[in-house]
Amino acid sequence: MTALEVRNLHKRYGQHVAVEDVSFTVEAGEIFGIIGSNGAGKTTTVESIAGLRTPDSGSISVLGLDPVKDRAEVRERLGVQLQESSLPDAIKVAEALELYSSFYRDPVDWRELMELLGLTEKRNTRYKALSGGQKQRLSIALALVGNPKVAILDELTTGLDPQARRDTWGLIEQVRDSGVTILLVTHFMDEAERLSDRIAVIDGGRVAAVDTPAGLIAQASAMQRVRFRVSQPLDSSVLTELSDVADVEVTGDRWLVTGRGQLLSIVAGALARAQVVAQDLRVDRRNLDDAFVAFTGRAPESPERSERKAD
Amino acid sequence: MRARLKMVKVETKLFLRDSATVIFGVLFPTGLLLGLGAIPALRESPPETGGLRSIDIWAPTALVFGMVMIAVQHVPAVIATYRERGILRRLSTTPAHPRSVLLAQMIVAFASVVVSAALMIFLAWAVLDIAPPERPLEFAVAFVVGYAALLGLGMISAAVARTSSAANQIGTFLFVALMFFGGAFLPRVLMPDVLREAGEFLPPGLQTLTAAWSAEAGEITATAGGQPFWLQIAIMAGVAVTASAVAAKFFRWE
Repeated sequence: MTALEVRNLHKRYGQHVAVEDVSFTVEAGEIFGIIGSNGAGKTTTVESIAGLRTPDSGSISVLGLDPVKDRAEVRERLGVQLQESSLPDAIKVAEALELYSSFYRDPVDWRELMELLGLTEKRNTRYKALSGGQKQRLSIALALVGNPKVAILDELTTGLDPQARRDTWGLIEQVRDSGVTILLVTHFMDEAERLSDRIAVIDGGRVAAVDTPAGLIAQASAMQRVRFRVSQPLDSSVLTELSDVADVEVTGDRWLVTGRGQLLSIVAGALARAQVVAQDLRVDRRNLDDAFVAFTGRAPESPERSERKAD
Repeated sequence: MRARLKMVKVETKLFLRDSATVIFGVLFPTGLLLGLGAIPALRESPPETGGLRSIDIWAPTALVFGMVMIAVQHVPAVIATYRERGILRRLSTTPAHPRSVLLAQMIVAFASVVVSAALMIFLAWAVLDIAPPERPLEFAVAFVVGYAALLGLGMISAAVARTSSAANQIGTFLFVALMFFGGAFLPRVLMPDVLREAGEFLPPGLQTLTAAWSAEAGEITATAGGQPFWLQIAIMAGVAVTASAVAAKFFRWE
């Protein structure tokens, strides 16, 4: 079943084209990631899905409903956690949850949600006094309190410390397991790779690729790299003669072999036959960062540089 | 309906937790009047005022202090903060319209002004022996219409201010200007006629409040060319409607 469908979305602000042509489909029960640099059009796409922007052309369907025409109904069923939106400083955790749950026709029990998100201890704490991770958990809770079928989570872990990020990831998986379809917008490659069932890479207002994380990585590079060190002399022809090996580089006692297929076992086998003991034998795992560079021609932003931004 | 009530309840709690506003907007007018009432010279009744003491004539100014504080400083600052911090935007993604939080905010602010006025009128009577408003109905009308005019100005500020600090600056400017004409710095009886007359056209319409509170005090502060009571009320109502329309036209939700 299709939870979310975006078809040929186009949106401009005056002369500036924010989204050129974006299409993708999210199946029910998926965590669907959207990655892209700042200004790639992620936020505008998400805001259009949430009904905060009216597309210039193209169509959006949320559970078969139009976010502009069926505004009220979409708001009942779509939970949104927006980047850079907060709460009044003096509101307490329990008050915020109780208030937001009163907006919906069929909300979940906000006390259970508070427990699930580990906020029960903080129920009487004012928003201002919460840590970054606690604020983020509250924000997620508010997006889920209306018992949505689909939730949009935008830049979920920006500004969180590594432990809080990992905790948040675990939480998102729990939420998905409870049957909520999740649209995850992020510019952290590790986050997208870890959580998403499928990912859309958005670049320059267009979808550059859509696939599973492994699929994107495989599409971006068929080549693998194996590294090891040897302390004995070794003739490089032992490796260069192998059909799957494309290149061998030697720097001192460090070897780097580039090739295809089951490269690690091929190299290990050849070394064993040559009766050479290799140390630190390992495969350079290609990750989503490499795939991102391959699809967009630019490096993903590092977490340090991308604290807070307006896109 | 449930969401509306919850919103008012939460906004009330938030208001009460904002101690600066509670102190300056709600309690300070009473404190100011009682403080000035402790000065013996202000309790004397010189023959030219027909037996009225300075404090009797000045009492409505203390009332206006709270109204202005809430309408042009507190409300716009809260709304600008809600916009700046994406609270209005976040509400737009829920079935509750962000309008509902503005409405709740205004209900709470108005209630606080009523409490502030009631407290002041009661203690002025109990402690300083200042008689409660002589014409309660006219006084209530002048109070509500005057507050609406002030709130209209405050909402223009909330509509055009990009940030909460800009809203605060506009609020402070309006506060000082309105309080000057309201006689907080120079008693209105000592002002030249032109300044006193300007006070008839500026929210919240201090002359109407003074006249409805005490006809004698109203005669002293009125000018020769002054407008009749109901015309002044109509002017304030006009200000309220015009300012609200302007604010609505320029209001930005994000």
